[in-house]
Amino acid sequence: MKKNAFVIKQISVFSENKPGRLAAIAKALQEEKINILAFSIAEADGFGVVRALVDKPHKAHEKLGKLGFNAAFTDVIAVRMKDEPGGLHEIARVLGEGKINIEYAYAYSGKEGAVLILRVDNVESAITAIQKGGGTLLESSLFQ
Amino acid sequence: MFWDEKVETLPKRELERLQLKRLKKTFLQVQNVEFYREKLKAARIRPSDIRTLDDIQKIPFTRKQDLRDGYPFGFFAVPLQQVVRIHTTSGTTGKPTVVGYTRKDLETWANLIARNMTMVGLSDCDVFQNMVNYGMFTGGLGFHYGAEKIGMTVIPSATGNTRRQIEMIQDFGVTAIHCTPSYAMHLAEVAEEMDARLESLTTGLFGAEPWSGSMRTELEKKLGVTAFDSYGISELFGPGVAFECPERNGLHIWHDCYLVEIINPATGEVLGDGERGELVVTPLVKEAMPLLRYRTGDITMRFEDDCLCGRAKKVSRITGRSDDMLVIRGINVFPSQIEHVLLKIPEVGNQFMVYVDRINHLDEMTIDVEINRDYFSGELQDLARIQKKVVKELRDTLELRTTVKLVEPGSLPRFEGKAKRVIDRRGEI
Repeated sequence: MKKNAFVIKQISVFSENKPGRLAAIAKALQEEKINILAFSIAEADGFGVVRALVDKPHKAHEKLGKLGFNAAFTDVIAVRMKDEPGGLHEIARVLGEGKINIEYAYAYSGKEGAVLILRVDNVESAITAIQKGGGTLLESSLFQ
Repeated sequence: MFWDEKVETLPKRELERLQLKRLKKTFLQVQNVEFYREKLKAARIRPSDIRTLDDIQKIPFTRKQDLRDGYPFGFFAVPLQQVVRIHTTSGTTGKPTVVGYTRKDLETWANLIARNMTMVGLSDCDVFQNMVNYGMFTGGLGFHYGAEKIGMTVIPSATGNTRRQIEMIQDFGVTAIHCTPSYAMHLAEVAEEMDARLESLTTGLFGAEPWSGSMRTELEKKLGVTAFDSYGISELFGPGVAFECPERNGLHIWHDCYLVEIINPATGEVLGDGERGELVVTPLVKEAMPLLRYRTGDITMRFEDDCLCGRAKKVSRITGRSDDMLVIRGINVFPSQIEHVLLKIPEVGNQFMVYVDRINHLDEMTIDVEINRDYFSGELQDLARIQKKVVKELRDTLELRTTVKLVEPGSLPRFEGKAKRVIDRRGEI
C-alpha cells in the first residue's frame, strides 16, 4: 500500500471570530451537498481556523473560495483507536517514541469505532511509525 | 511670576519691532537650506521684500511633507558639526521627521520651558517628576533641562511602572509632575487602588495630547493639583511653545520667539482674531532648523484681547486637527504611516481600519487588517506569526503598541473618494 493513500486532505478555513461565520461555512457546504465527517475550530486572538474532513474537499474549496472565504488544504492522517481506556495512549505513545510531534489533533467516535485525526510535523514518518506500532490507518478513499 | 519679565511683557510696538528684526534674520538663515532657496526663488521673494510683518504672507507655507522629503538632514541650516542634538517625531509615512538643535537652540528652548514653569508659579523650591519618555520624544529632555535651569529638583522618572512613580512622589515629596493627561488619570487611579496619598503635589503640567475641561476638573480633584495645559511640537523645538498662565484660559504662545498666523486650512487665507483656523508658526529664533510659515495642523484661534497677566494675546487651547493625525497616548500617528507599514508586509492586504478606544483612561489602538489570500497556509500558528509580525512592524515605525486583528480577505470596507479608515471612539474624558 502506498503511503500517500493514507494522506487525507483536510480543508482549513480562515474565519474571524464573530457570530455567524461557522453558519456561513456550513451553509455553503450544505448547498453543495458536501458531508462533514469531522471538524474542529482552533481559535487565536480574534480569529480562528475551521478545520474539516469532508467527503468532497475540492468541491468544498471551490465553493468556499467563490464565496470569498480563504481556504487551504492541509495534509492529515486518521488513525483508528480502540474505543476504550488507553486507546489514545497507544497511538500517542507510538508517535512520541518515534519523535514525531503532534501539532494538533481531534477525534470522533462513530459507527466504525473511534478515529483520531492527526496533524503531525512529518507525515511519512508518522505513517511508518503507526504501521510498525501495529496501528490502523484509515485510507483517504474511505472519506473522500 | 516671570522668568524674563522684560521680554514676556514687551509693549506691542517693541514686540513687533523685535519680531520683524528676527523674521529678517530667519529669512537669511533659511537661505542655507536648499528647499527654501528654491522655494523662495520660485516665488520671487528676496530678503529686501520683507519690510513689515505682514510681508510674511508673500512667503509660501512649509508643510510636514516637505520635511519628510528633506529626510534626514535636508532642513538643517548649519553644518552637522554645529548640531548638538537630534530628536525625531512622527513622519507622515515610514520615516520620522528629524529635528536638530544647536547649542544655542537648546539654551533658548530650556529658557522657554523655564518661562512656562515660572509662569505657573514653580521655582527652585519645587521637586519635579518628569513622567514622559526620555528618548527621541522631545517632552523628556525638553522639560528636564528647563526645570534644571530654574533650579528645581528634577526626577527623570520617565514612563512606566506606575507604582514606583507613586512611591517616588511620596518618598521624595514631589510637588510638580509632568505627563500626558491620560497617564495622570491612570496614575490617580493606581494611587487610589494602593490607597496612597499624594499630599505633596501642588502642580500638574499636562500636554502632548488634547484634553477637555471636564478632564481638568477630574484630575485636579483626584490628584490635588492645579492643572496647566502645555503645548508644543517638535518642529518648533518641542514642548514650551505655548502654555497656560494662572488665568488658565487659553495658551500663551511666546510672541518674541514664534510669529503666529491663523489660516483657513482649506484656502490658506489668513484669518483675523477670534476666528478659528489652523495655527501657522514662523519660529523666529531657531538656528539649526529655521522654518517659514510652518503649518502645525492644530486648530485654534487668537483671542481679541490681551491677557490680564501682561503677556499679550493668547491662543485658545487646541481643539482639533486640520489633518487626520491621531494622538495616541501622547504619540502622534498618521494613518498614512500605518498604510506605509502594511504595504511592506506581503502577508496582509493594504486595506485597514483603525479603532481608537480609551480603556482605563489609556488610549488603545486596534488595527483590522485583511490576511492576504495567497499567504494562508491553513495553519493557525502561521496566522499568529503574521499577526505578531504586523504588531512588531507597526511598533517599530509608530513606536506604539497596537492590537492587530486579522480579518478575512475582502471583508473591510473599500472607499471610493475620501477614505474614512479611522473610528475614534474616545469620549470627552
